[in-house]
Amino acid sequence: MASAFVDFEAVALSYDGQDNAIEGIDLSIAEGEFVAFVGPSGCGKSTFMKLCTGLHAPTTGRVRVDGEPVNGPLKITGMAFQNANLLPWRTVLDNVLLPLEIVEPYRRQFRRRREEFAGWARALLNTVGLADYADKYPWQLSGGMQQRASICRALIHRPRLLMLDEPFGALDAFTREELWCVLRDLWQAQRFTVVLVTHDLREAAFLADTVYVMSARPGRVIEKREIALPRPRSIESTYEKTFIDLVHALRSRIGDVRES
Amino acid sequence: MKPPSKTLERLAPWIAVAALVMIWEATVRLFDVPSFIFPSALETLQALITYAGPIGRHSWQTFWTTLIGFGLGVAVGLVLGLIIGSSRFLYNACYPLLVGFNAIPKVAFVPILVVWFGIGSVPAILTAFLICFFPIVVNVATGLATLEPEMEDVLRVLGARRLDVLLKVGLPRSLPYFFASLKIAITLAFVGTVVSETVASNQGIGYLMMSAGSQMRMGLVFAGLIVISAMAMVMYECFSWLEKRMTGWAHRGR
Repeated sequence: MASAFVDFEAVALSYDGQDNAIEGIDLSIAEGEFVAFVGPSGCGKSTFMKLCTGLHAPTTGRVRVDGEPVNGPLKITGMAFQNANLLPWRTVLDNVLLPLEIVEPYRRQFRRRREEFAGWARALLNTVGLADYADKYPWQLSGGMQQRASICRALIHRPRLLMLDEPFGALDAFTREELWCVLRDLWQAQRFTVVLVTHDLREAAFLADTVYVMSARPGRVIEKREIALPRPRSIESTYEKTFIDLVHALRSRIGDVRES
Repeated sequence: MKPPSKTLERLAPWIAVAALVMIWEATVRLFDVPSFIFPSALETLQALITYAGPIGRHSWQTFWTTLIGFGLGVAVGLVLGLIIGSSRFLYNACYPLLVGFNAIPKVAFVPILVVWFGIGSVPAILTAFLICFFPIVVNVATGLATLEPEMEDVLRVLGARRLDVLLKVGLPRSLPYFFASLKIAITLAFVGTVVSETVASNQGIGYLMMSAGSQMRMGLVFAGLIVISAMAMVMYECFSWLEKRMTGWAHRGR
């Protein structure tokens, strides 16, 4: 395997100085890889995200991204959450542009290159099927559309690492599958590295190259499973036996964790 | 039941006022209440017209002192709210203090203000200020303090400074809270001014009512009451309109 893009070495984090939220995390993610973290609730998946993006420093161990030790927020990251968190006073387009008003070097160029940036945003919105909604306000959009816009906002500054924290958790089943495909196509086209935290095993198996199963608190990685299914994957393929068996195997691992 | 028509809905507040005036007039006539105890609506109206000059002069005094006090309240309230709302530590530290301060009846400050500044407009302005800045502080601070942590993460990971988060998200987000508090603050400011005027002034509606009351000219006292409430209502509507204009996004679908 090529040198790791994201590298965790014996990482543990404790918020209160007593119990570890997660511990003993050793893993490496290659550039362009799509990994998913699944596990029971409270297993420290979101903590993992904070470590990865440099929003939190580990209590022990080392986190390295792109060969450099992480100390402070990582600007090459884009983030999206279960809640779309769009700002209601900005249009969809302006919401998507928000990161460019913050992150360097775009921040300095924002006034000068606004038209160009708006073009990027419109192109991105177009790829997720929101071309006609760029000038609408977030509350005029359905939940699924808001989530698409939220993903666009996470991608506008062309991050090399995309962190997704249960981004489809609040959507209905059909919308969710639609968005899986949107994400799959975006990833296939741009090949950024994705870390997806989810409760949904089908989602993890459908999208990821590698699925990590985490234990209950304190969170530890108890299984790493490569998903060898051929790409591009279709929603149809999730009803085939190989896929169902895979999800079943993951499910029984989670079952073990919950009982222990 | 059929829902009332649009015109009727718009007229409803005026109908309510008219009904109240009619009940007032009828009660006073029915029980033959002497006018130095409780003047009828008609006598109040007569007083309003007869003394239109002095009432106008004193109302103007009340109006501008209130607005200055209110202006001070907005400035101080906004700054204090921003400071307290953007730091959890300061929020926890200052909040009990503010609540305690707010619980003090503001009329208790008037004698102190008179000692410091003498009678007249200054105590009225300061009382209006003292009474009206609290809701503004609380609302602005709450608007800032309830910022979603995820939103902050999204920006912080991009290298946003505290000021960026405040300007891009916190401030716009707390605007609806701010404008809502202005409506409350302006009516409170009138209360503050009038309270101070009744105790320590020789100008303003409060003073007018006080001196009219001591001469048993109750028609004039009631006229004063009506003028105050009319001024407060007009200002409330102004800020209500401003609120809708400035933060339409928060009143979606209406």
